[in-house]
Amino acid sequence: MTTPPLSPWRVGMATISAITPETPGTATYDLAFDDPTVEYRFLPGQFNMLYLPGVGEVAISVSSDPAEPTKLRHTIRAVGNVTQAIARLKPGDKLGVRGPFGNAWPVDLIQGQDIVVVAGGLGLAPLRPAIYHLLRHRASYGRVTVLHGARTPRDLLFTGEYDAWRIADIDVQVIVNVGSADWKGAIGVVTTPLANMPLTAAKTSVLTCGPEVMMRFVAAGVINRGVRTERIFVSLERNMNCAVGLCGHCQFGPSFVCKDGPVFPYDRVQRLMLVENM
Amino acid sequence: MLPDAKVWLAKTALQTLIDRLRAAGYEVIGPRVADGAVTLGEVSSLADLPHGVRDDQQPGRYRLTMADDDSYFDHVVGPHSLKPYLFPPRTTVLEVLRVRDSWEARVPEPPRPKRAILGVRSCDLHALTIQDRVFLGEKHPDPEYAARREGLFLVAVNCSRSAATCFCVSMNTGPTVTDGADLVLTELADGFVVSVGTEAGARILGDLGKREPTPDELATAEEVPRRAATQQTRRINSATVHDTLMNNLTHPRWDDVAKRCLACTNCTMVCPTCFCATVNEVNDLAGTHTTRERVWESCFNEEHSWTASGAVHPTTKTRYRQWLTHKLATWIDQFGTSGCVGCGRCITWCPVGIDITEEVAAMEGGVA
Repeated sequence: MTTPPLSPWRVGMATISAITPETPGTATYDLAFDDPTVEYRFLPGQFNMLYLPGVGEVAISVSSDPAEPTKLRHTIRAVGNVTQAIARLKPGDKLGVRGPFGNAWPVDLIQGQDIVVVAGGLGLAPLRPAIYHLLRHRASYGRVTVLHGARTPRDLLFTGEYDAWRIADIDVQVIVNVGSADWKGAIGVVTTPLANMPLTAAKTSVLTCGPEVMMRFVAAGVINRGVRTERIFVSLERNMNCAVGLCGHCQFGPSFVCKDGPVFPYDRVQRLMLVENM
Repeated sequence: MLPDAKVWLAKTALQTLIDRLRAAGYEVIGPRVADGAVTLGEVSSLADLPHGVRDDQQPGRYRLTMADDDSYFDHVVGPHSLKPYLFPPRTTVLEVLRVRDSWEARVPEPPRPKRAILGVRSCDLHALTIQDRVFLGEKHPDPEYAARREGLFLVAVNCSRSAATCFCVSMNTGPTVTDGADLVLTELADGFVVSVGTEAGARILGDLGKREPTPDELATAEEVPRRAATQQTRRINSATVHDTLMNNLTHPRWDDVAKRCLACTNCTMVCPTCFCATVNEVNDLAGTHTTRERVWESCFNEEHSWTASGAVHPTTKTRYRQWLTHKLATWIDQFGTSGCVGCGRCITWCPVGIDITEEVAAMEGGVA
C-alpha cells in the first residue's frame, strides 16, 4: 500500500497582526503563521487561498515583499462573501492560509530591460511584490515606470509609497477616470499616458494587471509601439476553488489559471482574450 | 497462470468469480437494473445481474427491452460510470472545529475501499486512464482518488452491441478492451472467454478456468466486439476536432445549440471524465463544526466561472462552448488526451437530445 499524497486542502493558521486601511473598501492585512516552524516563501505574483471557517476561501494575491516572507501581506477589497467577512476581522483574529499558488512575474527573464508596470485599480496589489523586487535589484533593470490608473483619486493604491519608489528612480505616474475638486493630476485612462511615454520598444517589457479590458488595450497600445507580444505579461483573474488544477473552475482555454498562471506572456493568451467570454 | 493467458469460463462459474472476489475482501460492483436503467450497484449473485436485458439508446431517450436469453452483458453503458467510485459526488476534504476565538482543522484520512467492478467497458477504462491523468498528475495529486484507485479490481467486458449513441470507434477507445483491466470477459452463448490482464487477475481466477478456449470459441469471441464496432453510426473526427472547435469559437452554431441547451448539467454528471468540483462550507447549527465538502460542479452553472467582476461565462452559449471545447479540444492541450471516450452518455441523457457529434459536424460545415 503506497502512502497517499498530501492533501492540497491542508490549511495553515495565521494571525492578523495589523490591518491598514488603503482605499474605500480595501485594506491590507499583515499575517503571521502561528506555527513558527512554517518556512513560507513566495514569488512575486503568486497568490494564497485565505480561509475563514464557516464562510469559505478566497484567492488573494500576496502584496508584500518576497524578500521578507515573514511580513506576509494581502490587500483585499470587500466585494464577496468571504472578503466581506474578512473586512469584519480585527488584529489578533485568525485566518487560514493555503499556498502559495500559481506562477510569478518573470523578474529574472526581464532583467536588463526597461520595465513598464501598468496597474488598474486593485491590480497594483499583485504587482507590488514585483515592484519591490525591482527596487531591491534596481541596477539590474533599465528605465522603470509604474503607471497606475484608478477610478477616483481616493481609489489610488499605496500612495504613501510613491515617494520612496521615485527616490529609487522609478517613474511613478497616476491617472484617474474621474477627478475631484482638489485633484491636480491626470484624468483619463492608462492608455493615454502609455501612448505618450518615452519607450524603447526593442528593450521594453510590460507587466500589467487590472480589468481584462484594460489589459487588452494596454497590450494593443504597446504592441502598436513595437513591443513584442512575448514581452508583455498579464495576470488573469478566474474563479479559484482548489488552486491546484483539480476543480476546473479557472480554466482559460488550454490553461488552468491557478497553476499555469496567473501570469501569462501575452502571446500565449492574446487570441483567446480577444474572444468574448472565453 | 500468466497475464495474457486465455481460459474458458462457464456461465455459472461467473458466480464463483464473484464469490472469490468477495472472499478476497472486494465489494463487487456490477450492472443492475434499477429505475428502468442499467446502473452500477453491489452484486453478490448472478441473480443481481441483468438477464437478457438490452438498451435502446437514442438522443434524449433510454429504454430497456427484455429478451428470453441468458446474456448478462448484452447491454452497453448506462448512466453510471466508474467516476463516482473514485471521485465521489460528495466528499469531505477538511473538518474544522471552532474553539473559542480559534479553530483546528483536520484533513480526514481518505477511505481505502477495495472494490471490484464487473462489466467495465472499454470506453470507461479509457475514461479511467484520462481521470488518472487529471487526478494523479503533476504536483498535487488528489489523495482520495489515489487511495480509491489503489483498491480497484477491474473485470472488463468486450461489448457485444453498440447503442445508437456509441462512437468509441472514432475516438479510438473501443469497443475491444485493450488495456487496463485485471480480467477481460467476452460473453458467448454458453460461457465466457476470459483474458487475464494482470497478475492480480490471474490470482483471483486461480483454478477457475478449467480449460483453454477452443479455436472456435476464440474466433467467435474475437468477432463479438468487431460486430459491435460495425454497428456504430455516429463519429467524431478525433484527429481534426481540436482545430475544428478552436478555429470556430465564434461560429453561429454556438448560438444555435444554446437555444436548445437547458444548461441542466446532465451531460457533465453522466460524463465519465468531467471532473469539475466545488468545495462548500457546511456548518452545524451550533456554529462550532464545519466540514468542507467537495461536490461535483458543472461548467453549465453560472457560479462555476464567478469572479469579483461577474461570471466569465455568463450565458448558456458561452458555457456550452466551454464544455465542448474543453472536452474535445483543450483537454488535449492540458492532459495529452481527449476528454471524450465516445460513450455517448451525454447524447442519451440530454433531455433535449443534443448530440455532440452533430454539433462538431456542424462546425465542420457538415450540417449547419
